[in-house]
Amino acid sequence: MTPAIQLTQVHKHFGALHALKGVDLNIEQGEFFALLGPNGAGKSTLINLLAGLLRPTSGTLSVMGFDVLKDYRQARHALGVVPQELVFDPFFNLREMLRFQAGYFGRGNENDTWVDEVIECLGLTDKAHTNMRRLSGGMKRRALIAQALVHKPPVIVLDEPTAGVDVELRHTLWEFIKRLNREGHTIILTTHYLEEAEELCSRVALMKQGEVIALDSTKNLLASIPGKNLKLKLSAAVPQSLMAMVRHQDALDYMLNLNEITQIEFVLAELRNANVSVLDMQLIEPDLEDVFVDLIGRS
Amino acid sequence: MNLISQRMRGPWTLFKKELLRFWRVGFQTVAAPVMTALLYLLIFSHVLGSRVEVYPGVPYTVFLIPGLIMMSVLQNAFANSSSSLIQSKVMGNIIFVLLTPLSYIEFFSAFLAASIIRGLCVGFSIYLVSMCFIDLPLNHPWIILAFAVFGSGMLGAFGIIAGLWAEKFDQMAAFQNFVIMPLSFLSGVFYSIHSLPPLWQTVSHFNPFFYMIDGFRYGFFGMSDISPWFSLSVVIASFITLSLVTIGMLRAGYKLRG
Repeated sequence: MTPAIQLTQVHKHFGALHALKGVDLNIEQGEFFALLGPNGAGKSTLINLLAGLLRPTSGTLSVMGFDVLKDYRQARHALGVVPQELVFDPFFNLREMLRFQAGYFGRGNENDTWVDEVIECLGLTDKAHTNMRRLSGGMKRRALIAQALVHKPPVIVLDEPTAGVDVELRHTLWEFIKRLNREGHTIILTTHYLEEAEELCSRVALMKQGEVIALDSTKNLLASIPGKNLKLKLSAAVPQSLMAMVRHQDALDYMLNLNEITQIEFVLAELRNANVSVLDMQLIEPDLEDVFVDLIGRS
Repeated sequence: MNLISQRMRGPWTLFKKELLRFWRVGFQTVAAPVMTALLYLLIFSHVLGSRVEVYPGVPYTVFLIPGLIMMSVLQNAFANSSSSLIQSKVMGNIIFVLLTPLSYIEFFSAFLAASIIRGLCVGFSIYLVSMCFIDLPLNHPWIILAFAVFGSGMLGAFGIIAGLWAEKFDQMAAFQNFVIMPLSFLSGVFYSIHSLPPLWQTVSHFNPFFYMIDGFRYGFFGMSDISPWFSLSVVIASFITLSLVTIGMLRAGYKLRG
Protein backbone atom coordinates (compact mmCIF):
# COMPACT_ATOMS: atom_id res chain seq x y z
CA MET A 1 0.00 0.00 0.00
CA THR A 2 1.25 3.52 -0.81
CA PRO A 3 2.43 5.23 2.37
CA ALA A 4 0.32 8.20 3.44
CA ILE A 5 3.49 10.20 3.97
CA GLN A 6 6.98 9.50 2.75
CA LEU A 7 10.06 11.60 3.39
CA THR A 8 13.41 10.68 1.91
CA GLN A 9 16.59 12.41 3.02
CA VAL A 10 14.86 15.74 3.54
CA HIS A 11 17.15 18.66 4.30
CA LYS A 12 16.07 22.21 4.95
CA HIS A 13 18.38 25.15 5.46
CA PHE A 14 17.33 28.63 6.53
CA GLY A 15 20.51 30.54 5.80
CA ALA A 16 23.07 29.17 8.24
CA LEU A 17 20.47 27.22 10.21
CA HIS A 18 20.22 23.54 9.28
CA ALA A 19 16.60 23.01 10.35
CA LEU A 20 16.15 19.47 8.99
CA LYS A 21 19.14 17.17 8.69
CA GLY A 22 18.26 14.38 6.30
CA VAL A 23 14.94 13.19 7.68
CA ASP A 24 13.58 9.82 6.50
CA LEU A 25 10.07 8.99 7.56
CA ASN A 26 7.26 6.72 6.40
CA ILE A 27 3.76 6.97 7.76
CA GLU A 28 1.33 4.28 6.66
CA GLN A 29 -2.28 4.88 5.71
CA GLY A 30 -4.66 4.79 8.65
CA GLU A 31 -2.00 5.50 11.27
CA PHE A 32 -2.49 7.83 14.22
CA PHE A 33 0.99 9.29 14.37
CA ALA A 34 2.60 11.78 16.73
CA LEU A 35 5.49 14.04 15.96
CA LEU A 36 7.09 15.09 19.23
CA GLY A 37 10.04 17.19 20.17
CA PRO A 38 11.08 20.35 21.96
CA ASN A 39 10.61 23.80 20.41
CA GLY A 40 12.91 24.27 17.46
CA ALA A 41 13.21 20.53 16.79
CA GLY A 42 11.91 20.96 13.24
CA LYS A 43 8.34 19.66 13.62
CA SER A 44 6.67 22.70 12.10
CA THR A 45 9.28 22.90 9.36
CA LEU A 46 8.49 19.32 8.46
CA ILE A 47 4.76 20.02 8.37
CA ASN A 48 5.23 23.18 6.32
CA LEU A 49 7.31 21.24 3.81
CA LEU A 50 4.55 18.65 3.49
CA ALA A 51 1.97 21.39 3.02
CA GLY A 52 4.04 23.14 0.35
CA LEU A 53 4.43 26.28 2.50
CA LEU A 54 8.19 25.70 2.42
CA ARG A 55 10.39 24.08 -0.18
CA PRO A 56 13.02 21.53 0.79
CA THR A 57 16.69 22.31 0.17
CA SER A 58 17.06 18.69 -0.91
CA GLY A 59 15.24 15.38 -0.60
CA THR A 60 11.72 14.35 -1.54
CA LEU A 61 8.38 14.39 0.23
CA SER A 62 5.17 12.76 -0.90
CA VAL A 63 1.58 12.59 0.29
CA MET A 64 -0.35 9.46 -0.76
CA GLY A 65 2.38 8.83 -3.33
CA PHE A 66 2.20 12.33 -4.85
CA ASP A 67 5.36 14.40 -4.78
CA VAL A 68 4.67 17.69 -2.96
CA LEU A 69 6.52 19.68 -5.62
CA LYS A 70 6.00 17.82 -8.90
CA ASP A 71 2.42 16.64 -8.28
CA TYR A 72 1.53 19.45 -5.92
CA ARG A 73 -2.11 19.57 -6.99
CA GLN A 74 -2.80 15.93 -6.12
CA ALA A 75 -0.61 16.11 -3.01
CA ARG A 76 -2.55 19.11 -1.69
CA HIS A 77 -5.89 17.47 -2.51
CA ALA A 78 -4.79 14.57 -0.33
CA LEU A 79 -3.73 16.72 2.62
CA GLY A 80 -5.68 18.72 5.20
CA VAL A 81 -3.60 20.94 7.46
CA VAL A 82 -4.72 22.50 10.73
CA PRO A 83 -2.23 25.29 11.38
CA GLN A 84 -0.94 26.12 14.82
CA GLU A 85 -1.83 29.84 14.80
CA LEU A 86 -5.44 30.90 15.11
CA VAL A 87 -5.66 32.53 11.70
CA PHE A 88 -8.92 33.62 10.08
CA ASP A 89 -10.34 35.87 7.39
CA PRO A 90 -12.16 38.76 9.10
CA PHE A 91 -14.33 39.57 6.08
CA PHE A 92 -16.50 36.46 6.12
CA ASN A 93 -18.65 34.25 8.28
CA LEU A 94 -17.81 30.66 9.08
CA ARG A 95 -19.96 29.01 6.44
CA GLU A 96 -18.70 31.37 3.74
CA MET A 97 -15.10 30.69 4.74
CA LEU A 98 -15.63 26.94 4.54
CA ARG A 99 -17.41 27.13 1.20
CA PHE A 100 -14.63 29.27 -0.24
CA GLN A 101 -12.07 26.82 1.06
CA ALA A 102 -13.90 23.92 -0.59
CA GLY A 103 -14.17 25.98 -3.77
CA TYR A 104 -10.40 26.47 -3.94
CA PHE A 105 -10.18 22.68 -4.11
CA GLY A 106 -12.57 22.63 -7.06
CA ARG A 107 -15.63 21.63 -5.07
CA GLY A 108 -18.97 23.23 -5.88
CA ASN A 109 -22.49 23.32 -4.44
CA GLU A 110 -22.64 19.53 -4.26
CA ASN A 111 -20.13 19.78 -1.42
CA ASP A 112 -22.30 22.05 0.74
CA THR A 113 -23.96 19.13 2.51
CA TRP A 114 -20.53 17.92 3.65
CA VAL A 115 -19.57 21.43 4.76
CA ASP A 116 -22.73 21.59 6.91
CA GLU A 117 -22.00 18.12 8.28
CA VAL A 118 -18.49 19.18 9.35
CA ILE A 119 -19.93 22.32 10.94
CA GLU A 120 -22.39 20.17 12.87
CA CYS A 121 -19.83 17.57 13.96
CA LEU A 122 -17.64 20.29 15.41
CA GLY A 123 -20.56 21.86 17.27
CA LEU A 124 -20.48 25.06 15.23
CA THR A 125 -23.99 24.98 13.73
CA ASP A 126 -25.25 28.00 15.67
CA LYS A 127 -22.13 29.94 14.68
CA ALA A 128 -22.32 29.18 10.95
CA HIS A 129 -23.44 32.72 10.13
CA THR A 130 -21.22 34.46 12.65
CA ASN A 131 -18.33 36.55 11.38
CA MET A 132 -15.00 34.85 12.08
CA ARG A 133 -13.83 37.85 14.11
CA ARG A 134 -16.58 37.28 16.64
CA LEU A 135 -15.79 33.63 17.36
CA SER A 136 -14.01 32.74 20.61
CA GLY A 137 -10.54 31.16 20.57
CA GLY A 138 -11.91 27.63 20.95
CA MET A 139 -14.44 28.22 18.20
CA LYS A 140 -11.72 29.53 15.89
CA ARG A 141 -9.68 26.40 16.60
CA ARG A 142 -12.65 24.24 15.62
CA ALA A 143 -13.21 26.38 12.53
CA LEU A 144 -9.60 25.69 11.50
CA ILE A 145 -10.18 21.96 11.84
CA ALA A 146 -13.35 22.27 9.77
CA GLN A 147 -11.42 24.18 7.15
CA ALA A 148 -8.87 21.40 6.85
CA LEU A 149 -11.63 18.87 6.25
CA VAL A 150 -13.84 20.57 3.66
CA HIS A 151 -12.15 18.84 0.73
CA LYS A 152 -12.27 15.39 2.39
CA PRO A 153 -8.51 14.78 2.51
CA PRO A 154 -7.33 11.25 3.38
CA VAL A 155 -4.37 12.61 5.38
CA ILE A 156 -4.87 15.17 8.15
CA VAL A 157 -2.04 17.03 9.86
CA LEU A 158 -2.76 18.84 13.10
CA ASP A 159 -0.08 21.19 14.37
CA GLU A 160 -0.63 21.62 18.12
CA PRO A 161 -4.42 21.33 17.81
CA THR A 162 -5.11 21.60 21.53
CA ALA A 163 -2.79 24.47 22.39
CA GLY A 164 -4.77 26.90 24.53
CA VAL A 165 -7.94 24.83 24.40
CA ASP A 166 -9.92 24.10 27.56
CA VAL A 167 -10.26 20.56 28.89
CA GLU A 168 -13.80 19.98 27.73
CA LEU A 169 -13.17 21.16 24.20
CA ARG A 170 -9.95 19.19 24.08
CA HIS A 171 -11.93 16.06 24.87
CA THR A 172 -14.54 16.81 22.17
CA LEU A 173 -11.82 17.50 19.62
CA TRP A 174 -10.02 14.25 20.32
CA GLU A 175 -13.26 12.28 20.10
CA PHE A 176 -13.86 13.82 16.70
CA ILE A 177 -10.30 13.19 15.52
CA LYS A 178 -10.45 9.59 16.76
CA ARG A 179 -13.61 9.16 14.75
CA LEU A 180 -11.88 10.47 11.64
CA ASN A 181 -9.09 7.96 12.23
CA ARG A 182 -11.59 5.11 12.64
CA GLU A 183 -13.16 6.14 9.35
CA GLY A 184 -9.79 5.60 7.67
CA HIS A 185 -8.10 9.00 7.76
CA THR A 186 -4.40 9.07 8.52
CA ILE A 187 -3.78 11.46 11.40
CA ILE A 188 -0.47 13.16 12.10
CA LEU A 189 -0.21 15.48 15.04
CA THR A 190 2.29 17.49 16.94
CA THR A 191 1.53 18.20 20.55
CA HIS A 192 3.15 19.40 23.71
CA TYR A 193 0.76 17.31 25.80
CA LEU A 194 2.64 14.03 25.86
CA GLU A 195 -0.17 12.23 27.65
CA GLU A 196 -2.37 12.95 24.63
CA ALA A 197 0.14 11.39 22.28
CA GLU A 198 0.51 8.43 24.59
CA GLU A 199 -3.21 7.84 24.76
CA LEU A 200 -4.04 8.36 21.10
CA CYS A 201 -1.10 7.56 18.89
CA SER A 202 0.02 4.16 17.78
CA ARG A 203 3.41 5.41 16.63
CA VAL A 204 5.66 8.27 17.63
CA ALA A 205 8.60 10.06 16.07
CA LEU A 206 10.76 12.06 18.41
CA MET A 207 12.66 14.92 16.86
CA LYS A 208 15.57 16.92 18.15
CA GLN A 209 17.57 19.59 16.37
CA GLY A 210 16.34 18.63 12.94
CA GLU A 211 16.72 14.89 13.30
CA VAL A 212 14.41 12.01 14.12
CA ILE A 213 16.10 10.50 17.17
CA ALA A 214 13.46 7.86 17.88
CA LEU A 215 10.77 6.30 15.76
CA ASP A 216 8.76 3.45 17.18
CA SER A 217 5.39 2.30 18.42
CA THR A 218 4.26 4.01 21.59
CA LYS A 219 4.29 0.61 23.29
CA ASN A 220 7.91 -0.12 22.42
CA LEU A 221 9.05 3.34 23.43
CA LEU A 222 7.38 2.96 26.81
CA ALA A 223 8.98 -0.46 27.22
CA SER A 224 12.39 1.06 26.52
CA ILE A 225 12.33 2.68 29.95
CA PRO A 226 12.99 -0.11 32.41
CA GLY A 227 11.42 -0.37 35.84
CA LYS A 228 9.17 2.15 37.51
CA ASN A 229 9.25 5.68 38.76
CA LEU A 230 9.20 6.53 42.42
CA LYS A 231 7.82 9.95 43.25
CA LEU A 232 8.98 11.25 46.61
CA LYS A 233 8.35 14.31 48.73
CA LEU A 234 11.18 14.59 51.24
CA SER A 235 12.05 16.62 54.31
CA ALA A 236 15.60 17.30 53.00
CA ALA A 237 17.74 16.71 49.90
CA VAL A 238 18.43 13.13 48.80
CA PRO A 239 21.79 11.70 49.88
CA GLN A 240 24.60 11.48 47.33
CA SER A 241 24.20 7.72 47.05
CA LEU A 242 20.77 8.14 45.42
CA MET A 243 21.67 10.98 43.01
CA ALA A 244 22.30 8.58 40.11
CA MET A 245 18.68 7.45 40.25
CA VAL A 246 17.15 10.94 40.16
CA ARG A 247 15.24 11.47 36.90
CA HIS A 248 14.06 14.96 37.72
CA GLN A 249 13.73 17.21 40.70
CA ASP A 250 11.64 20.17 41.75
CA ALA A 251 12.84 21.57 45.13
CA LEU A 252 12.32 18.61 47.50
CA ASP A 253 10.02 16.72 45.11
CA TYR A 254 11.99 13.97 43.41
CA MET A 255 11.32 11.47 40.66
CA LEU A 256 13.57 8.43 40.99
CA ASN A 257 13.91 5.71 38.42
CA LEU A 258 13.92 2.14 39.77
CA ASN A 259 15.28 -0.60 37.56
CA GLU A 260 13.54 -3.13 39.70
CA ILE A 261 10.83 -2.77 42.26
CA THR A 262 13.10 -4.32 44.90
CA GLN A 263 15.31 -1.21 44.75
CA ILE A 264 12.65 0.56 46.79
CA GLU A 265 14.09 -1.02 49.95
CA PHE A 266 17.53 0.32 49.15
CA VAL A 267 16.12 3.82 48.61
CA LEU A 268 14.25 3.82 51.89
CA ALA A 269 17.25 2.51 53.78
CA GLU A 270 19.52 5.20 52.34
CA LEU A 271 17.02 7.89 53.25
CA ARG A 272 16.74 6.56 56.81
CA ASN A 273 20.54 6.53 57.17
CA ALA A 274 20.71 10.12 55.99
CA ASN A 275 17.96 11.12 58.41
CA VAL A 276 15.69 12.25 55.59
CA SER A 277 12.04 11.53 56.18
CA VAL A 278 9.51 10.70 53.46
CA LEU A 279 6.52 13.07 53.45
CA ASP A 280 4.76 11.50 50.48
CA MET A 281 5.45 8.59 48.15
CA GLN A 282 3.95 7.31 44.90
CA LEU A 283 4.92 4.51 42.52
CA ILE A 284 4.34 5.44 38.85
CA GLU A 285 4.61 3.61 35.52
CA PRO A 286 7.01 5.42 33.16
CA ASP A 287 5.21 7.51 30.55
CA LEU A 288 6.11 9.06 27.23
CA GLU A 289 7.47 12.06 29.04
CA ASP A 290 10.12 9.87 30.67
CA VAL A 291 11.03 8.43 27.28
CA PHE A 292 11.16 11.94 25.93
CA VAL A 293 13.36 13.30 28.71
CA ASP A 294 15.54 10.22 28.58
CA LEU A 295 16.12 10.33 24.83
CA ILE A 296 16.51 14.10 24.60
CA GLY A 297 19.02 14.00 27.43
CA ARG A 298 20.91 11.05 26.00
CA SER A 299 21.28 12.22 22.37
CA MET B 1 -21.28 27.79 -10.00
CA ASN B 2 -21.42 24.18 -11.05
CA LEU B 3 -21.66 25.37 -14.63
CA ILE B 4 -17.95 26.08 -14.33
CA SER B 5 -15.63 23.15 -14.95
CA GLN B 6 -14.11 21.62 -11.86
CA ARG B 7 -10.64 22.77 -12.82
CA MET B 8 -11.81 26.38 -13.12
CA ARG B 9 -13.72 26.39 -9.83
CA GLY B 10 -10.62 27.02 -7.76
CA PRO B 11 -9.53 30.27 -9.44
CA TRP B 12 -13.18 31.28 -9.88
CA THR B 13 -13.76 30.92 -6.13
CA LEU B 14 -10.68 33.00 -5.34
CA PHE B 15 -11.85 35.67 -7.78
CA LYS B 16 -15.32 35.65 -6.24
CA LYS B 17 -13.87 35.93 -2.75
CA GLU B 18 -11.68 38.84 -3.78
CA LEU B 19 -14.71 40.60 -5.31
CA LEU B 20 -16.83 40.04 -2.22
CA ARG B 21 -14.00 41.25 -0.02
CA PHE B 22 -14.15 44.76 -1.46
CA TRP B 23 -17.88 44.71 -2.15
CA ARG B 24 -18.64 44.00 1.53
CA VAL B 25 -16.90 47.26 2.42
CA GLY B 26 -18.16 49.11 -0.64
CA PHE B 27 -18.60 52.31 1.29
CA GLN B 28 -14.88 52.46 1.79
CA THR B 29 -13.75 50.86 -1.48
CA VAL B 30 -16.15 52.40 -4.00
CA ALA B 31 -18.16 55.24 -2.47
CA ALA B 32 -15.15 56.88 -0.76
CA PRO B 33 -13.01 57.24 -3.93
CA VAL B 34 -16.05 58.62 -5.78
CA MET B 35 -16.42 61.21 -3.05
CA THR B 36 -12.71 62.11 -3.23
CA ALA B 37 -12.85 62.54 -7.01
CA LEU B 38 -15.90 64.79 -6.71
CA LEU B 39 -14.13 66.97 -4.15
CA TYR B 40 -11.15 67.37 -6.49
CA LEU B 41 -13.56 68.27 -9.25
CA LEU B 42 -15.38 70.81 -7.12
CA ILE B 43 -12.25 72.55 -5.86
CA PHE B 44 -10.17 72.58 -9.01
CA SER B 45 -13.01 73.60 -11.27
CA HIS B 46 -13.88 76.48 -8.93
CA VAL B 47 -10.32 77.69 -8.65
CA LEU B 48 -9.21 77.19 -12.24
CA GLY B 49 -12.43 76.71 -14.20
CA SER B 50 -12.67 80.20 -15.66
CA ARG B 51 -8.94 80.73 -16.17
CA VAL B 52 -7.67 77.63 -17.92
CA GLU B 53 -8.61 76.08 -21.23
CA VAL B 54 -6.37 73.13 -22.06
CA TYR B 55 -8.01 71.97 -25.29
CA PRO B 56 -9.79 74.48 -27.53
CA GLY B 57 -13.51 74.47 -26.85
CA VAL B 58 -13.26 72.14 -23.85
CA PRO B 59 -14.01 73.82 -20.49
CA TYR B 60 -11.48 73.00 -17.76
CA THR B 61 -14.06 71.18 -15.62
CA VAL B 62 -14.89 68.88 -18.51
CA PHE B 63 -11.19 68.39 -19.26
CA LEU B 64 -10.60 67.40 -15.66
CA ILE B 65 -13.16 64.59 -15.37
CA PRO B 66 -11.54 61.84 -17.52
CA GLY B 67 -8.21 62.36 -15.75
CA LEU B 68 -9.87 62.10 -12.35
CA ILE B 69 -11.75 58.97 -13.41
CA MET B 70 -8.58 57.31 -14.67
CA MET B 71 -6.57 58.32 -11.62
CA SER B 72 -9.21 56.74 -9.37
CA VAL B 73 -9.39 53.61 -11.55
CA LEU B 74 -5.63 53.16 -11.25
CA GLN B 75 -5.36 53.92 -7.53
CA ASN B 76 -8.21 51.58 -6.66
CA ALA B 77 -7.00 48.73 -8.83
CA PHE B 78 -3.68 49.02 -7.00
CA ALA B 79 -5.37 49.26 -3.62
CA ASN B 80 -7.45 46.14 -4.21
CA SER B 81 -4.73 43.59 -4.79
CA SER B 82 -2.16 45.23 -2.53
CA SER B 83 -4.40 45.64 0.51
CA SER B 84 -5.90 42.18 0.16
CA LEU B 85 -2.44 40.61 0.06
CA ILE B 86 -0.89 42.61 2.86
CA GLN B 87 -3.91 42.03 5.09
CA SER B 88 -3.94 38.30 4.57
CA LYS B 89 -0.18 38.16 5.05
CA VAL B 90 -0.30 40.12 8.30
CA MET B 91 -3.40 38.22 9.52
CA GLY B 92 -1.85 34.95 8.42
CA ASN B 93 -4.90 33.77 6.49
CA ILE B 94 -2.93 33.76 3.22
CA ILE B 95 -2.11 30.21 4.30
CA PHE B 96 -5.65 29.09 3.37
CA VAL B 97 -4.92 29.87 -0.27
CA LEU B 98 -1.35 28.55 -0.16
CA LEU B 99 -2.53 25.14 1.08
CA THR B 100 -4.78 24.64 -1.94
CA PRO B 101 -3.97 23.20 -5.36
CA LEU B 102 -4.28 26.67 -6.96
CA SER B 103 -1.36 27.37 -9.29
CA TYR B 104 0.54 30.65 -9.29
CA ILE B 105 -1.07 31.56 -12.61
CA GLU B 106 -4.53 30.98 -11.14
CA PHE B 107 -3.64 33.00 -8.06
CA PHE B 108 -2.41 35.83 -10.29
CA SER B 109 -5.46 35.76 -12.57
CA ALA B 110 -7.95 35.85 -9.70
CA PHE B 111 -6.26 38.77 -7.93
CA LEU B 112 -5.75 40.64 -11.19
CA ALA B 113 -9.35 40.19 -12.37
CA ALA B 114 -10.74 41.39 -9.04
CA SER B 115 -8.50 44.48 -9.19
CA ILE B 116 -9.68 45.30 -12.69
CA ILE B 117 -13.32 44.97 -11.62
CA ARG B 118 -12.76 47.24 -8.62
CA GLY B 119 -11.02 49.83 -10.83
CA LEU B 120 -13.84 49.72 -13.38
CA CYS B 121 -16.53 49.91 -10.67
CA VAL B 122 -14.99 53.04 -9.18
CA GLY B 123 -14.37 54.62 -12.60
CA PHE B 124 -17.87 53.92 -13.82
CA SER B 125 -19.38 55.28 -10.60
CA ILE B 126 -17.46 58.56 -10.94
CA TYR B 127 -18.53 58.78 -14.56
CA LEU B 128 -22.20 58.26 -13.64
CA VAL B 129 -22.14 60.81 -10.83
CA SER B 130 -20.32 63.45 -12.89
CA MET B 131 -22.87 62.99 -15.70
CA CYS B 132 -25.38 64.57 -13.31
CA PHE B 133 -23.51 67.89 -13.52
CA ILE B 134 -21.56 67.88 -16.75
CA ASP B 135 -22.14 66.80 -20.29
CA LEU B 136 -19.12 64.70 -21.20
CA PRO B 137 -18.47 63.73 -24.85
CA LEU B 138 -17.75 60.05 -25.61
CA ASN B 139 -15.81 59.95 -28.85
CA HIS B 140 -14.20 56.51 -28.70
CA PRO B 141 -15.81 54.30 -26.01
CA TRP B 142 -13.69 51.27 -26.94
CA ILE B 143 -10.49 53.22 -26.45
CA ILE B 144 -11.79 54.38 -23.07
CA LEU B 145 -12.50 50.78 -22.10
CA ALA B 146 -9.15 49.51 -23.41
CA PHE B 147 -7.20 52.07 -21.37
CA ALA B 148 -9.32 51.41 -18.28
CA VAL B 149 -8.88 47.63 -18.52
CA PHE B 150 -5.15 47.59 -19.30
CA GLY B 151 -4.44 50.45 -16.91
CA SER B 152 -6.23 48.81 -14.00
CA GLY B 153 -4.65 45.49 -14.98
CA MET B 154 -1.21 47.06 -14.81
CA LEU B 155 -1.90 48.61 -11.42
CA GLY B 156 -3.53 45.38 -10.21
CA ALA B 157 -0.31 43.55 -11.05
CA PHE B 158 1.73 46.34 -9.43
CA GLY B 159 -0.46 45.93 -6.34
CA ILE B 160 0.35 42.22 -6.18
CA ILE B 161 4.07 43.04 -6.38
CA ALA B 162 3.73 45.60 -3.57
CA GLY B 163 1.60 43.19 -1.52
CA LEU B 164 4.20 40.44 -1.90
CA TRP B 165 7.08 42.74 -1.07
CA ALA B 166 5.60 44.59 1.93
CA GLU B 167 5.67 42.86 5.28
CA LYS B 168 4.03 45.59 7.31
CA PHE B 169 1.27 48.11 6.75
CA ASP B 170 3.65 51.06 6.95
CA GLN B 171 5.77 49.64 4.14
CA MET B 172 2.64 49.42 2.05
CA ALA B 173 1.68 52.98 2.97
CA ALA B 174 5.16 54.12 1.92
CA PHE B 175 4.74 52.38 -1.42
CA GLN B 176 1.41 54.10 -1.91
CA ASN B 177 2.58 57.57 -0.84
CA PHE B 178 6.02 57.61 -2.42
CA VAL B 179 5.38 55.69 -5.63
CA ILE B 180 1.72 55.56 -6.61
CA MET B 181 0.69 59.07 -5.47
CA PRO B 182 3.55 60.99 -7.18
CA LEU B 183 3.16 58.95 -10.37
CA SER B 184 -0.56 59.67 -10.51
CA PHE B 185 -0.38 63.36 -9.53
CA LEU B 186 2.48 64.07 -11.95
CA SER B 187 0.77 62.36 -14.86
CA GLY B 188 -1.24 65.25 -16.28
CA VAL B 189 -4.52 64.65 -14.50
CA PHE B 190 -4.89 68.33 -13.74
CA TYR B 191 -3.04 69.83 -16.73
CA SER B 192 -1.69 69.15 -20.20
CA ILE B 193 2.03 68.41 -20.20
CA HIS B 194 2.44 71.08 -22.90
CA SER B 195 1.97 73.62 -20.13
CA LEU B 196 5.08 72.26 -18.35
CA PRO B 197 8.70 73.46 -18.79
CA PRO B 198 10.65 71.27 -21.30
CA LEU B 199 12.54 69.34 -18.61
CA TRP B 200 9.34 68.22 -16.87
CA GLN B 201 7.75 67.39 -20.19
CA THR B 202 10.64 64.99 -20.80
CA VAL B 203 10.36 63.56 -17.30
CA SER B 204 6.62 63.02 -17.77
CA HIS B 205 7.33 60.81 -20.78
CA PHE B 206 8.96 58.31 -18.45
CA ASN B 207 5.80 58.09 -16.33
CA PRO B 208 3.50 55.31 -17.56
CA PHE B 209 0.58 57.00 -15.80
CA PHE B 210 0.92 59.90 -18.22
CA TYR B 211 0.16 57.61 -21.19
CA MET B 212 -2.79 56.05 -19.40
CA ILE B 213 -4.36 59.41 -18.59
CA ASP B 214 -3.63 60.96 -21.96
CA GLY B 215 -4.94 58.01 -23.96
CA PHE B 216 -8.00 57.64 -21.74
CA ARG B 217 -8.79 61.32 -22.24
CA TYR B 218 -8.49 60.89 -26.02
CA GLY B 219 -11.37 58.44 -25.85
CA PHE B 220 -13.61 61.23 -24.55
CA PHE B 221 -12.45 64.29 -26.52
CA GLY B 222 -10.72 62.84 -29.58
CA MET B 223 -7.75 65.08 -28.62
CA SER B 224 -4.57 64.23 -26.73
CA ASP B 225 -1.01 65.37 -26.10
CA ILE B 226 0.44 62.42 -27.99
CA SER B 227 -0.87 59.66 -30.27
CA PRO B 228 -3.35 57.42 -28.39
CA TRP B 229 -2.02 54.38 -30.23
CA PHE B 230 1.46 55.04 -28.96
CA SER B 231 0.01 55.50 -25.46
CA LEU B 232 -1.95 52.26 -25.72
CA SER B 233 1.19 50.42 -26.81
CA VAL B 234 3.09 51.78 -23.82
CA VAL B 235 0.26 50.80 -21.46
CA ILE B 236 -0.07 47.28 -22.88
CA ALA B 237 3.72 46.81 -22.83
CA SER B 238 3.87 48.00 -19.19
CA PHE B 239 0.97 45.73 -18.30
CA ILE B 240 2.69 42.72 -19.85
CA THR B 241 6.04 43.55 -18.24
CA LEU B 242 4.57 43.98 -14.75
CA SER B 243 2.45 40.85 -15.15
CA LEU B 244 5.52 38.82 -16.09
CA VAL B 245 7.41 40.18 -13.09
CA THR B 246 4.46 39.35 -10.83
CA ILE B 247 4.09 35.85 -12.24
CA GLY B 248 7.83 35.33 -11.81
CA MET B 249 7.63 36.38 -8.16
CA LEU B 250 4.64 34.13 -7.50
CA ARG B 251 6.30 31.23 -9.27
CA ALA B 252 9.39 31.62 -7.12
CA GLY B 253 7.14 31.84 -4.05
CA TYR B 254 8.72 35.21 -3.17
CA LYS B 255 7.96 35.86 0.52
CA LEU B 256 5.14 33.29 0.32
CA ARG B 257 6.80 29.89 0.19
CA GLY B 258 10.25 29.83 1.80
